[in-house]
Amino acid sequence: MSSSEDRAVNAFREQIDGPIASYLSSCVHCGLCAHACLFFTETEDPRYTPINKVEPLRRVWKSEYTFFGKLASMLGVAKKVTDDLLEEWEPLIYDACTLCGRCSMVCPVGNDISYMIRKTREGMVAAGYAPDGLKGATQRAVTIGSPMGVKFPALQVQIHNVERETGLTVPVDVHGADYMALLSSMEIMNFPEYIGALAKIFDKAGVSWTLCSEAFEATNSGMQIGSSDLEGELLQRVVDGAESLGVKYVISPECGHAYYALRWEGPNVLGKKYPFQVIHILELLDQLRLKGKLKVEDKVDEKLTFHDPCQIVRKGGVVEEPRSLLSLVASDFVEMEDAGVMNWCCGAGGGVSANERAQPLKLAAFKRKKSQLEALGAGTMVTACANCRINMEEGLEENNMQIEVIGLTETLADHLA
Amino acid sequence: MTSVEFLAWVRGPMFQIAVAIFVVGVVIRLIEIFALGRKADLSEPRGGETMPGIVTVFRRSIPDPGTFKRSPFTIVLGYLFHIGLFITILFFVPHIELFHDVLGVQWPGLPTPLVDAVAIISIFAMLAILVNRLRNPVLRFLSNGEDYVVWAATLLPLVTGYFAFHRMLFPYQTMLGLHILSVEILLILFPFTKLMHFFTSFVARWYNGAAFGRRGVQS
Ligand code: SF4
Ligand code: SF4
Repeated sequence: MSSSEDRAVNAFREQIDGPIASYLSSCVHCGLCAHACLFFTETEDPRYTPINKVEPLRRVWKSEYTFFGKLASMLGVAKKVTDDLLEEWEPLIYDACTLCGRCSMVCPVGNDISYMIRKTREGMVAAGYAPDGLKGATQRAVTIGSPMGVKFPALQVQIHNVERETGLTVPVDVHGADYMALLSSMEIMNFPEYIGALAKIFDKAGVSWTLCSEAFEATNSGMQIGSSDLEGELLQRVVDGAESLGVKYVISPECGHAYYALRWEGPNVLGKKYPFQVIHILELLDQLRLKGKLKVEDKVDEKLTFHDPCQIVRKGGVVEEPRSLLSLVASDFVEMEDAGVMNWCCGAGGGVSANERAQPLKLAAFKRKKSQLEALGAGTMVTACANCRINMEEGLEENNMQIEVIGLTETLADHLA
Repeated sequence: MTSVEFLAWVRGPMFQIAVAIFVVGVVIRLIEIFALGRKADLSEPRGGETMPGIVTVFRRSIPDPGTFKRSPFTIVLGYLFHIGLFITILFFVPHIELFHDVLGVQWPGLPTPLVDAVAIISIFAMLAILVNRLRNPVLRFLSNGEDYVVWAATLLPLVTGYFAFHRMLFPYQTMLGLHILSVEILLILFPFTKLMHFFTSFVARWYNGAAFGRRGVQS
């Protein structure tokens, strides 16, 4: 066994738990999960069937965790995890899966396949089989602090711009504030409007908040590449920042996987509960709405729709909040087919956007969103994830579609009373 | 071996061996799963686990509308043969008598002509399932030897039972013996194959429902 095979198998072993064993024991090869996955529906390539993506993990389970498989291994007839297998599966696991969780909603025997793929990535990355783009992003996140290489001075520039434009102060490193807001690099570089929107809304609503110069990045390439260790290292920075400022809440920005990493995986990879609460910006905004602290002076009249970021809605549980907020600010809000927990991914989550090799496949997968949008005929699409947003802008442009994509928080800020 | 001896053998020692392998095997497989367990989840839950888990256990028997639209054939055939097996196994009067002898419990059966019709439907559903598996690109891609072995092992008891009841092919005693043997093969294969989903899918559904439930989504 080569050392990379060894590392993969060891990492897979660590990932096998009761749920994984029950899922792998249950699969009846019915193929229904294929039709839930946009990488299959838009390409019809059977290799993209979700359950097929976990083959390396399955082999370790089968040969080491089942009686019959152990017997087969003793006789030397069990299928092994080899470098060839890992190399062949790498594009299936990283390029053709956004960890969107849609397959987990349809499997008739109940397999949570996105949970299985997430775990399969642990073994892949341990053995060095991950896409170069994602490796680079993770490397930058660990060494520089952001997958896009954004450092605090760059954020400071954006803060100054925002302060000049809004006439408000953006608080930084305020000890004892209630909320510490995090950002994604994508927001800092491409959508600084988000920072201005927070300043405006929190000013009106009287929310005590701050940014933290030591911990402003929310995205987590460690989770996307599938390394709990690196994911934990990145999360620890947030925990340290929040502890040093003594905040009660940490606000996840409009970024899907950042929320999932921080809210759901974080305490588990760090092995302890947080000394603060994590809240998604949409949850906080909806709380403000319910308290009557979020009032709008006018509404968007144009027909608009909402794209559900998978990690926030289906896998994050923030389902009703964006809808309540939209009905506050939009007079003609329409839902796409399959909206809500069954919505289709934008095609670029789960590290796909950082992986150059996956770009053609990503554009193919976008056809799903395209047909959803064509059926609807809305001129504006609101979303709540900077990564979804960039990807959809790219996909729309590629397909010559005239649809504007905007962030929900900014939309609210623009119409504040 | 005469047909009488054969029947005595499949009803006697062979039956005991098959049931023993089935019971011990299934118990081992379930222990393998439960012994692995789950780490306690340290994230702060948004919703409960138990109820959403139970809801998913039931709800997953019904496909979501989108999935049904995309794979109607697979789903209808799946329903037909699962329900067909359920009815023929549990509501054919001679089977109920067997359960009464072995387990000591009994329940009312369905009229034999009805069970007969169900058996025919199930057999045709099983044949259509094979055609579907061979023709559908995803199914053909996913399928391995085990899938075909399990398919055959599931079909055989239906066919042999039907033949035995209608006194077809072989003399009744021989056919009945073959029917019982085919069921024993199914029982023996059970713990080693995907037939285990009969038990483990409920565990899987619960885990899935619980994981989504604690994040506030009913899966
Ligand atoms: S839907 Fe579930 S049972 Fe069917 S092939 Fe996919 S994982 Fe297996
Ligand atoms: S998680 Fe989403 S992208 Fe990944 S296999 Fe499942 S449906 Fe496909």
